[in-house]
Amino acid sequence: MSKKLLLEIVTPDRKVLSQDVDYVGAPGALGEFGVLPNHIPFLSALGIGNLYYKDDGKTHYVFVSGGFAEVSPEKVTVLAEAAEKAADIDLERARKAQDRAQQRLQRAQEKIDHARAQAALRRSIARLSCRNSGEKAGTC
Amino acid sequence: MASLRDVKTKIGAVKKTKQITKAMNMVASAKLRNAQSRIERFKPYAQKFFEMLGDLAAGADESVHPLLAKREEKTTVGIVIVTSDRGLCGSFNANLIKAALKLAREKKAEGLGVKFYCVGKKGRDAVRKAEHEIVVQYRDVMNSFDFTLASKLGGELINSFLDGTLDEVVLVYGEFISMARQVPVSQTVLPISGTPGESKSSGKEYVYEPSVEGLLAELLPRFVKVQVYRGMLDTSASEHAARMSAMDNATRACDDMIGSLTLLFNKTRQAAITRDLMDIVGGAEALKG
Repeated sequence: MSKKLLLEIVTPDRKVLSQDVDYVGAPGALGEFGVLPNHIPFLSALGIGNLYYKDDGKTHYVFVSGGFAEVSPEKVTVLAEAAEKAADIDLERARKAQDRAQQRLQRAQEKIDHARAQAALRRSIARLSCRNSGEKAGTC
Repeated sequence: MASLRDVKTKIGAVKKTKQITKAMNMVASAKLRNAQSRIERFKPYAQKFFEMLGDLAAGADESVHPLLAKREEKTTVGIVIVTSDRGLCGSFNANLIKAALKLAREKKAEGLGVKFYCVGKKGRDAVRKAEHEIVVQYRDVMNSFDFTLASKLGGELINSFLDGTLDEVVLVYGEFISMARQVPVSQTVLPISGTPGESKSSGKEYVYEPSVEGLLAELLPRFVKVQVYRGMLDTSASEHAARMSAMDNATRACDDMIGSLTLLFNKTRQAAITRDLMDIVGGAEALKG
């Protein structure tokens, strides 16, 4: 099966990725979904989490948050507010963000602050796990 | 008549000014390139985003989402004004401020309250001077902003709109048309009007997850943020372009001034020499006598 899928990830600041891949797994709002070539047209909101794609038998990981995925038979387009390849994730920063979010969660009085800190915590955990998975797969 | 030394000092001063304006011109052109490349990088996202939204919103009407609903009874208008932090860029900021204040006057004449959201120092200063209410201000951000800032401001606008503090939000920014042309644009951001973007009926039948409404609820707030971000990007590019041409003009004016001052310098020197010669000749004639 030589047919490939074009995966494009864009954020407002730059184009993160544009590459032919064999398989894409994405964290949909209603749970993870996988895409192979010739998928039916599909549009989904994405949660905070790890998107991964397989190419040449290797699995690569990308952190995404606040995004949408548009799937057509030969292409997957991901629009995300933030997206980073596993290799580009700043571990130090993610850890600090995690600590900060946890502290804030304990202190937060207002509902809004609480929700915000929770989202920040989820993002930092997802970043860390993305980097971990990438390292395990040997692709970063 | 100015003395020789005065003219000389003045020429020196103008030359120094010219150096500064020339340097500023070069800095602005470097920054402009930067700003333009950011716009370029933003384009693919914006384009795809509008396509997606266009497809989704094609069938949607006002009742689908509160951000689309126009309000009959309006009491307060929010004006977001995006200007630069620094001056010395010709009439760029002045034009933006004029547009925003005019809008505020019109809204006040209709009996509406006006609240300002200021991005950039120049706009903030002018709005404060005009004694309008400022809710939020971001200063010294135009040099290094990213989507996070637009997202923050957008979120704030959406919250105020939803809880009824604001009934309409207008964004005033400097649209970057070309190197020589930047115009102030006011655009109504909330409520979101019409179907944004062109609906390309690509004939594709999409499967939506969650539902169309669920997706719209995610996309529409982001649409506001995308617009705010675009306003900021455009203003930043416009600012640098305006500064470039202002500094170019200033450099040319310096050249003209140096030219005319040098002429004056030479004339003055010549006059002094002539006077000295006359004295000497006069003295010699007197001795002969």
